Amino acid sequence: MSATTTERDGPGGRGPGGNGTARGATTASSPARGGTAKPPRSRADTRAGYAFLSPWLLGFGLLTAGPMLMSLYLAFTDYNLFRAPEFVGIDNFTALFADPRFLKSAQVTAIYVLVGVPVKLAAALAVAMLLNAKHRGQGAYRSMFYAPSLIGASVSVAIVWRAMFIDDGIADRVQQFFGLPAGGWVGDPSMTMPMMILLAVWQFGAPMVIFLAGLKQIPAELLEAAAVDGAGPIRRFVSVTIPMLSPVLFFNLLLETIGAFQVFSSAFIISGGTGGPADSTLFYTFYLYIKGFTEFRMGYASAMAWVLVLVVGIITAVLFRTSRAWVHYTGDQR
Amino acid sequence: MSENLYPNHTAQEAGATLLAERGGSPSSQARQRRRTNSVVFHTLVIAVAVVILYPGVWMVMSSFKPNGDIVGNVNLWPETWTLDNYVSALGGIGGVSFWSFVLNSLILAVGSVVGIVLSATVSAYAFARISFPGRGVYFAIMIGTMLLPFHVVIIPQYILFNSMGMVNTFLPLLAPKFLATEAFFVFLMVQFLRGLPRELDEAARIDGCGHWGIFRLVLLPLMRPAVITSSIFAFIWSWNDFLGPLLYLKQPETYPLPIALRIYVDQTSVSDYGAQMAMAVLALVPVLLFFVLFQRYLVDGVATQGLKG
Repeated sequence: MSATTTERDGPGGRGPGGNGTARGATTASSPARGGTAKPPRSRADTRAGYAFLSPWLLGFGLLTAGPMLMSLYLAFTDYNLFRAPEFVGIDNFTALFADPRFLKSAQVTAIYVLVGVPVKLAAALAVAMLLNAKHRGQGAYRSMFYAPSLIGASVSVAIVWRAMFIDDGIADRVQQFFGLPAGGWVGDPSMTMPMMILLAVWQFGAPMVIFLAGLKQIPAELLEAAAVDGAGPIRRFVSVTIPMLSPVLFFNLLLETIGAFQVFSSAFIISGGTGGPADSTLFYTFYLYIKGFTEFRMGYASAMAWVLVLVVGIITAVLFRTSRAWVHYTGDQR
Repeated sequence: MSENLYPNHTAQEAGATLLAERGGSPSSQARQRRRTNSVVFHTLVIAVAVVILYPGVWMVMSSFKPNGDIVGNVNLWPETWTLDNYVSALGGIGGVSFWSFVLNSLILAVGSVVGIVLSATVSAYAFARISFPGRGVYFAIMIGTMLLPFHVVIIPQYILFNSMGMVNTFLPLLAPKFLATEAFFVFLMVQFLRGLPRELDEAARIDGCGHWGIFRLVLLPLMRPAVITSSIFAFIWSWNDFLGPLLYLKQPETYPLPIALRIYVDQTSVSDYGAQMAMAVLALVPVLLFFVLFQRYLVDGVATQGLKG
């Protein structure tokens, strides 16, 4: 397996791993395989193992596991940072589901995930298919299209987005040019969601790069054989490309979904820290921030955090469970 | 260029071309079709490129336009060029110099790079190369944290750092990096290490190296590409980070650029779009520089890792 393949890096260097997108996605769940000659475990190895792993172990204990337990406890308390937490049972959770702003933020986030992720992935796949054709300049285009993914979450881009979609902004001018109703998107509660989704789709480059790496791993003979058997381009796409690409598709779907649940800074900047207009950009994590860090209702915010963990956990589990039906792994990828 | 990165595919592609040429007669008709294909390809790709690049180019060009000529000006090229926007952007905010924000951003970004490289390389070595009880479980947990919404820990982490008096210092933002909490980097390096032959370890062991020797003298030098990729991502993510500094840094002297930018937007009236654009451009300069210089490391890092950048 990978342990025995020698990879030399040219002077230009190359990315880590070499040829393993699909495999990277699939071996993620299994621990390192030792290769053929596995040295026997010794006490020295155990000591060295824990020594080398100590930064991660410390970080996981102090900054992830410990805080998670603490926030689970806080979720059942009333706590404002200034006096001791007071145990209130499930009051926070019952209050959450009676809180119209919470429900609004859940709705806003759900729409963003359900519409934004498929559109973004469709764009990523379409452009990846386009770039996969062998043409000059393919590498340059790949880099260029990836660039927005690198800066998309920055404050700078959020400022540009707001300037483009504000009243009398670029979008407004284009609408007027085509005789559509005038008005910016930033101040219109029905248009902020399309604006945010456009911003997400603009960053299709990262999943595109992953799709492209996956497409390059599909053996050309398979597509040739299908073509010889009389399959047209659409048939080849549906019956060969999609199944062969399904591990990568699954991986992108999982990561983009989890990422979309956590959108924060662009909505914060574009709405000027309010989540407006009419709470139309009040994304889940944004409301969590408001509750926890401007109102200092940290028990309530912890309850929100755990609801998010549960929802993301359930979605992840469902994706993994259903993936057995539609994700195909070829022989050497376990 | 891209052929270099995927050496195992050039053979396939060459084979495909051979097949295609054997199938179709090498007539001028085929050549004609290939040329049409090429024109269609470049037309489509350039159309995508225009849409992708427009916001960025518009931002840069707008920063050189007079203030009143920015919002709603669809044209990219400024009718009159001005540097006034940059003069006001470099003027700083509320008595704090612009360069102070740059310095803060730099300290945070460089600190993040150092922390992540130190902690992720050793942790990855443990996962990839040392056999010890519990490793599989830890590895699964580490992968699991990549799927965990980060927001579940921000409140308790804040309480923790607040109780230690670390609010308004850089420590809450840097400490996690030195403790390998960003699993992306550990995973990236584990994947890279798995690609290096085990025979190297064995040879070093026979030569008398312990784990530290194998790591430090043999594998770490070979991990350079993974270290470079990680460093660039660590730098850019820290440079663009907004939520972390928003939570922990509340005094203007400690602001990094993204927070300064946000304060600037809130303070200036709507009419000062010029200075906002100039500052937005300045805040992205290092990111764009890294991108231009190291795009292959970034794109290939994403391609192999399959994580968003």
